[in-house]
Parts: sequence; C-alpha cells; structure tokens
Amino acid sequence: MTTARGSKTGLARRFEGLDIGRVGLYGVLFALIAFYLSPLWSGFMTAFKTRTGFVQTAPLAPPTPEWFTVEPWQLAFATLQGGLVNSVLFVVPATLLSAFLGSLAAYGLTKLSWRGQVGVLVLFLAGVFLPYQSVLVPLRQFWSAVGLASLLSFAPFLADRADLIELTITHTAYGIPICTILFRSYYKTMDDEMIEAARLDGASAFGVYRRIVLPLSLPMFAVTLIYQFTQIWNDLLFALVLVTSRSNYVVTQSLNELQGSLVQEYNIQMAGAFIAALPTIVIYVVFGRQFAKGITGAS
Amino acid sequence: MRTDFERLLARLRRRSSTLRTDGGTSSAAGGRLSRLRHGQFVQSLPFWLPPALLVGLFVYGAVSWNLLISLTDWTGLAQPEYTDLGFEMYAQMPGDASFVAAFRNTVVLLVVFTVVSLTIGLVLAILVDQNIRFENTFRTIYLLPMALSFVVTAVFWSWMYNPTTGVINTVLRGIGLDVLALNWIGDPRTRLGAIIFALTWQFSGYAMVVYLAGLRAIPTEHYEAAKVDGASAFRMYRRVIVPQLSAATTSAAVVLMVFALKAFDFIFVMFGDNPGRSADILAVMMFRVAFSRSQWAYGAAVATVLFLMALSVVAPYLYLQYKRGDL
Repeated sequence: MTTARGSKTGLARRFEGLDIGRVGLYGVLFALIAFYLSPLWSGFMTAFKTRTGFVQTAPLAPPTPEWFTVEPWQLAFATLQGGLVNSVLFVVPATLLSAFLGSLAAYGLTKLSWRGQVGVLVLFLAGVFLPYQSVLVPLRQFWSAVGLASLLSFAPFLADRADLIELTITHTAYGIPICTILFRSYYKTMDDEMIEAARLDGASAFGVYRRIVLPLSLPMFAVTLIYQFTQIWNDLLFALVLVTSRSNYVVTQSLNELQGSLVQEYNIQMAGAFIAALPTIVIYVVFGRQFAKGITGAS
Repeated sequence: MRTDFERLLARLRRRSSTLRTDGGTSSAAGGRLSRLRHGQFVQSLPFWLPPALLVGLFVYGAVSWNLLISLTDWTGLAQPEYTDLGFEMYAQMPGDASFVAAFRNTVVLLVVFTVVSLTIGLVLAILVDQNIRFENTFRTIYLLPMALSFVVTAVFWSWMYNPTTGVINTVLRGIGLDVLALNWIGDPRTRLGAIIFALTWQFSGYAMVVYLAGLRAIPTEHYEAAKVDGASAFRMYRRVIVPQLSAATTSAAVVLMVFALKAFDFIFVMFGDNPGRSADILAVMMFRVAFSRSQWAYGAAVATVLFLMALSVVAPYLYLQYKRGDL
C-alpha cells in the first residue's frame, strides 16, 4: 500500500482521448459508493424507526417524525451491554499478547541469523491459513481437561470468567502466526548494521531488542494491534465453542442471540449491529491506513 | 527519552561505519563479530521458542489430535476411545447426501466468490487508479465492509434481503423489475447465490487494495509504450497491464479462498446451524454434526476434509513463494 503521490499511473494524464468520459467515471464511482454504503445506510435509518415505521416507509428513506424513535438503540444496548464488557475484557489482553509474542518471534527468526530459520517460519506461516473448524473438537477437549474454572477457584473473580481467559489464550495462540509474519516483513527491511554495532558494544540479544528494535517497531505495533483487535473482536466461532455460561457471552454472541430471538424486530437488530460494530468502525475510520497495511501485509 | 534514543542510534551508526572501513575479518572487532554470529541460535531461542510452543500445541497439536479423533467412533457424552482406529467416518461420507451437498456448496462458494471478488476488485482498482479526486475517500468506503464482523454483515443482509421491505427488492421494484423481486434467502434456489453476493460485498474491497498495490508497482514506461502504439485504454489494460498483475491475483485469491472457508459465522448467524441442503457448507456442517448432535468423530472427519481443502489451496502457494525466495 505504499504509494508515492507522484507514482500515479492513472490513464487521465496519458490518454487524451479517454474512452470513458470523466463524468461517466465519477458516475460509476458514486454509484459504487451507494452500493457499498446501502446496507449501513438502510440499517442506520431503520434503527431510528418504530416497528410500524419501517414497514410503512421505504428502507432507504430517513424516518419521518411520526415514525421516529430512539427506543431500538436503548433496547439493543441493554441486551448487548454485558457482551460489550466481556469482549473488551478478553480482546484487549489477547490483542496485546499476540502482537507482543509475534514481535518477539519475528525478532528471534530474522534479526538473529541461524540455519533452519525459514523452516520454522513456514510452520508459523501455515498457521495463518488454518481453517479453525479443524481444531474445534480438540479445543473443547483440551479446555475441559484443563478445567480452568476449578484451577482458579482460589480467585472467584477469575474463576467466574474462566471462559474469557480460555478465549484470551486461544486467540493469542492462533494470532501469533499472523503477528509474526507482519513483524517479520517489517524487520526484514530494518538495518542490521546498528544491531551488529550494538552487539559489539556488548549489548545482549535482549538489550538490542529492548533498546533498538522495540522502539523502531512502534509503527508496526500500531498495524498489528489494529489488525488483531478487529479480528478478535469480530470472531464468533471460538466464542460459540468456549463460552458456555450466558454471563460470559461476548458481543458477537449477544448479537447472534438478538438476531435469533427477535425475528421481526429489524429496527432493534440494526441498532444492535451498529453498537457491536462501533469499536471496529471507529478504529477503521481513524486508522484506515494501518488497517489496509495489516490486511495486505499477510499477502 | 526520545533524544536519548536518537543519541544512541547516532553513536551506533558511527560505530558501524568505522567497522565497515577497517575491513572486518582481520581486525579484532571483526573476530568478535563472527563469534557473536556463531552463537545466535542459542541466543534466539528465548525469543521464538515460547510463541512456537503455543503455535505447536494449538495449531499442530490440535490438528493432529483432530485427525486422531476422526479415526475413532466417538459420539455422545462418553470420552473417545483411541484403541480401535479406522476410516469408518470417512467411508460413510460419499453415501451421506448432506455431506455431498455441503462439499459441493463449499466448492461452488469458494470458486464463485473468489472469481467474482477478484473481478470486482480489479474493476474497482482500475477505476480508483484514474487520478481521481478524493481517491482516499472512495478507497476507504469500498474497503469499509472488511472492518465489520460476519455477524454484523449477516444482520445487515438479512434486512437487505427481506422479501417485502428489504432494500434489494424495493430497489428492484423501483426500477420496474418486479419479476426479480424474489425471496432471495428464503428460496433454496437463490440462497447460495444470495450468500455469495453478500460476501462479495464484504470482501471485494480487499481484492481492490491488493490490485491497487499491484497497479502502482507497474512502471510508467509500460503505459507510455502502449500510448505510442496508439492502443485504446481497454486494450492497454487487457494486453499490457492485467497480465502483469498475476502475482497480485495469486495472493489475493489464496486469502479470499481462506475467507470463503471461514464463512461459517455469516451463514450461522443468518440461518442457524442448518441452512438446508441448498446452502450448507462443510464449515457449518462440521459444527452441526459435532456440537449440536455430539457426533464428535464424524465432525472431526468433516473438519479434516476442510483442513485438506485449505492445505491444497495454500501449500502450492507457500511452495511457490518459497521457490521465489519471498519467504
């Protein structure tokens, strides 16, 4: 995604007799915007209409005063509240842990040279493409064998939230491969001379990481943390398998429940979808460039 | 804090330039350097071994264990018995109509979704690449669905597809195509197509971003040459530009296929764990068989098939990357 301003390869500067006129081009671009935003626009409008309102009015039209209401938002928020809190509780540590471990692994596999590095990297890389269905049954077995809740019985606060701790560890483990690959692509371009000089000055491998590599990694930490936060926040599959007690439901589960239990209450469903998606949408709007870097970094 | 760090970097740069000028190996410093390089395997262990152990346990351990479970006949509440192993679970697949349907739909979803997303992504990338104003805004909006979860997308699209009040049919009726205002997700004949369409909405922006990076990597001379030849814009793209995007196509296709295999969340939220023969995919079937019906061994076997499908897509790609030295 690195595009210098001057390296535009647009046709306009090169072809005077352009087949498609500029007006047509912008027409198509705006039509596409309408298409990509239509689900969100319609959902947003619907969330402000009463039940009779969204049946009576066009799905893309704003609510008229007689059908306007904020009740769907209140109801949806009441339903998703617990899920939002639980999601924050497990997503934040899982995001930080996976990014940090990925950074350490990438450092050990690129900045210290030894034979067989590429082999280990390929093993990490394969983990990026794993379809998670192929580990669900063992995961369930593994966590029930561990019996985290009873292990933590000395600390009721943690024992009550054992499901979320399982989720944190699980997401950390499955996040490490992608984080390692992201950091590795960054470390490959980092200058080795400084590191060697620091080693000659007597710095240990850990000293080099802490004093040189880590401070220089901050831009990549931003990219990785944003990528991981979005991925983990948005996951439903692992939560379905690992979170059994209703009090620990995470936000994707709560939204799934809301969708299943209110078959015709589209206004509440739409409000719920926006509430559940708000953190990732905000991050996307604020950190769009890092987000794009993260999703393309793997390829 | 910041200045300390900059001072340290400056000192190290000076240090490394003196290193380079004194020839290296013969000097005492050079000797120390080669000694340092020598012990790097041991020094690297504390950094990559703990993460590798986690990955080893959760990825490789779990996949192997899953394979082992698929060779048992474990069902219900009991624990699996690993004594009498065999391929019974795999043997019953060809005769299981619901497996055959799910397998077929998985392949259809994979192929159609990937091809359509790549095509739309390429068109988006070429359009955005025309020196337009507010390029960032257009790009950001086309990519926005990628930031949403499958769960959220499924909620939005259940509403989009609502036969009477949904956006799709309202628009179709508005332009006089009442004939096409079908019950898109209710009717088994259109269900899979409707799922693919919604997923394409979510992921075509990803293909666009990858293609844009590819387009911007093509040297300007290629455009210039085509221009001298007097080729039309369409022909230039077809003959000169698009053939150079094969690397972008490959990597985007692999990632999109993996997305397609992960489409579980979307279908599960829209239809629950049983979307019917017309739209069942292996990922959903696996969940239903294992977690709703407690046929653990069969679920694990279906999961293994899914794993092998992913492997057959990804392994050649990784091998190519390895051969090209891109790893």
